[in-house]
Amino acid sequence: MAQTTLTFPRIDSVGLDGLLVRFGDQLDEAANRAALAFRAAVEASGWDGVEECSTSLVSTYLRFDPLYLSHDDLEMQLTGLLSERDWYAADLPDGRKLLRIPTVYGTDLAPQFEEAAQVAGLTAEEAVASLSQARVRVTALGFAPGQPYLGTLPEAWDIPRQTALTPQVPQGALVVAIRQFVLFSVTAPTGWRHIGQTAAKLFDIDRDAPFLLRPGDEVEFPSVTREAFEQIEQAPDAGITREALV
Amino acid sequence: MNRLIIQQAGPGVTVQDKGRTGYIALGLSRGGAADRLALAEGAALLRQPVGAAIEMAGFGGRFSVVEPCRIALTGAPMRASLDGVPLVWNASHLMPAGSVLDIGGASKGVYGYLTLGGGLATDPVLGGQGAHLTAGLGRALAAGDELTLSDDKGDETGLTLTPQSRWDGGTLRVLPSLQTDLYSQEERARFEASTLTRDTRGNRMGIRLMPEGEGFGLKVGQKILSEIITPGDIQIPGDGAPYILMAECQTTGGYPRIGTVIPADMPKVAQCPPGAKLRFRFVDRQEALGAEMGYRKHLAGLSRAAQPLVRDPADITNLLSYTLISGVTAGEELS
Repeated sequence: MAQTTLTFPRIDSVGLDGLLVRFGDQLDEAANRAALAFRAAVEASGWDGVEECSTSLVSTYLRFDPLYLSHDDLEMQLTGLLSERDWYAADLPDGRKLLRIPTVYGTDLAPQFEEAAQVAGLTAEEAVASLSQARVRVTALGFAPGQPYLGTLPEAWDIPRQTALTPQVPQGALVVAIRQFVLFSVTAPTGWRHIGQTAAKLFDIDRDAPFLLRPGDEVEFPSVTREAFEQIEQAPDAGITREALV
Repeated sequence: MNRLIIQQAGPGVTVQDKGRTGYIALGLSRGGAADRLALAEGAALLRQPVGAAIEMAGFGGRFSVVEPCRIALTGAPMRASLDGVPLVWNASHLMPAGSVLDIGGASKGVYGYLTLGGGLATDPVLGGQGAHLTAGLGRALAAGDELTLSDDKGDETGLTLTPQSRWDGGTLRVLPSLQTDLYSQEERARFEASTLTRDTRGNRMGIRLMPEGEGFGLKVGQKILSEIITPGDIQIPGDGAPYILMAECQTTGGYPRIGTVIPADMPKVAQCPPGAKLRFRFVDRQEALGAEMGYRKHLAGLSRAAQPLVRDPADITNLLSYTLISGVTAGEELS
């Protein structure tokens, strides 16, 4: 496929009013750091005509006014900024934290656990051990408010999305595909398999800090029983513990 | 301060504005009015800046105000009456205190808009007044709700404008996007040659389209890295039925996207009702920029385009139901 011959970083257009700086075409820790650091640098530059900036897993997105700032001019500015340093060597953002979010694996709460374990070639016990011990990092927030993509899971979890959408998974659902977790902030349809359930509220406008997670934060999903989960569900913090990462 | 009282509301009645910017990085898409053009038309008819209005998906409701209030009705034409007297759509009117405004179902298109003179004075949340239903921000309006209105500095009513027709599908201009190359030339040509039907599944997040024959699913589609999504993206899940994503779309996603509908054609997407036909035509950046220039010029000219209703001053009691100019009729004749 043509994609394998691409060199990075590269700049592509997104719709009429967006440019995307891609640091890779697969999930990669250094490319993720590069995207986060590059976004911070773009924001610090304060370019006139750039209206919004964000990161996805391994890329930085800019929305701009193409009638005010031409594609060519913005691309030139981006190329200049890219050449200023080795972005893949950039540090992670400051102020990161580690959260532990209690999770029920399988049961009626997470009906696709067994199927996912099977696709991954693991027994149910192996799958719980593997997922509950993994320390994953928030690589990006996306899809819905405060909703994290978390990676990278062990090789066995390089499983595809489903062909069809699951009509809906509930808020707090932990789903898996392509060596990543997504933890759902809202009830939504998904093509990823629903393997665990948490009581986490990732976006709560009534909270002082409405967004629970930031890119760069690390998360573990320790296994709890269904009975323990019912207690946790009632707790205001959903049983989540957090500590600062230094 | 004046208040709008919602006595009844259809299931998809929400406050909407131009949306929230600056939150894509946290997973919150911009949201805002599904048909931005209709939002701007409402503001133009009241000669006020574009702000928040009441968006009505498919069906309106029953409204009243505690003090006299100017209103404008735009977007999908809906049957509207004030104390039983039919109101002209795409026009501004004066709503007396205590009068009852009834807005029924859309006769064409999907989203109607009720704009209030002075605008809504509701508190912004994260920089926007609108409900973002998929994000769980705000909610649909319901009977008993009351919304505070800002002071109205204008006093002109009885203006009308002729809207761009956009109520029945048509051809959409599409820019290539990040994953367009995953589709072969033949597949893209087949996409452009196809007529697709707007499915009944659709909301502020996007609309689903049914292909006439074989779908447009990709075999490689299930392991694409999740990447930025923007309104207008045409996303195709494995079942081959495309979705055109709209104001309340997700911010990232991993299903392949064959292209992106240009902003100027998004009002047509929003207003395309179930069963209507859509076609796609790929355009290059230059053509898309030209269309954007034309679209913004059109938006900027709306205020000038809003003109007094043609009427006989002696006929003032019959004014609101008068047949005005060709193609603009009182609501009752549209049903």
